[in-house]
Amino acid sequence: MVPEQIEREVVIAAPPERVWAILTEPGHLDQWFTNAGADVDLRPGGAIRYRWKEHGEFHAVIEALEPPRRFAWRWALAAGAAPVDGNSTQVEMTLAPEGAGTRLRVVERGFDDLDLPESEQAQHVKDNVEGWQGGLTAAKAYLEATAA
Amino acid sequence: MTPNTGRESPTSGDPLDGADPVGEVLAALVDPTRRRVLDAVATRGQATATVLAAELPVSRQAVVKHLAVLDRAGLVEGHRAGREVRYAVRSERLADTARWMARVAAEWDDRLATIKRLAESGDP
Repeated sequence: MVPEQIEREVVIAAPPERVWAILTEPGHLDQWFTNAGADVDLRPGGAIRYRWKEHGEFHAVIEALEPPRRFAWRWALAAGAAPVDGNSTQVEMTLAPEGAGTRLRVVERGFDDLDLPESEQAQHVKDNVEGWQGGLTAAKAYLEATAA
Repeated sequence: MTPNTGRESPTSGDPLDGADPVGEVLAALVDPTRRRVLDAVATRGQATATVLAAELPVSRQAVVKHLAVLDRAGLVEGHRAGREVRYAVRSERLADTARWMARVAAEWDDRLATIKRLAESGDP
């Protein structure tokens, strides 16, 4: 009912190399992910900066880079923070050939590795409340309504 | 921890100004082990920490701590039954939790759909 990690996949009628470019090249990223640009140092251990107009710049570090099969990066919860153990989650993308196309799988994990104190964790979530999408905003409105 | 891309408009623009109950609920939802505890309580209808510890790969002591956080957040409520406390889910908040996680997953669905469209469009 409540998943412990986000896990999604899609089958795409295009070869892995084509999908890989869309996942890794800043020119493509603004079309499906960011909206204010990105800097990608595409090598293992390389730094990424994802930018959104509304939320600021999020720092990530590349943890796995196996073109065109696997791309994993760890990003911090808070805008501007360097991703380290305890303040970040990992996004892993795997690309598997399927016929002439590609099966793309995305897993976001590591919420259980957050070792921030409870209060600080709550603060981080508050700081990023806009980043938790409309669902969370709805949850917030709901909770505030029931608390009133 | 997925910053959105501005596609979804918030239903409320109010800032979170130090409302502790809200902070506690959000913190309670961040931890996947805690969500598993919540899920296990929901599956059973009601359960004690001892029963949950037997089912989950965590100690009874850890389960007790998770239940305390969930209780504070208003996601479960406990009733004393003999020497133990029997917990049940407060379903309205669990439904809200599940809905929220579904929305986070839906955001990835949106992104993957966009990636698919871009990849199949043939534009360079």
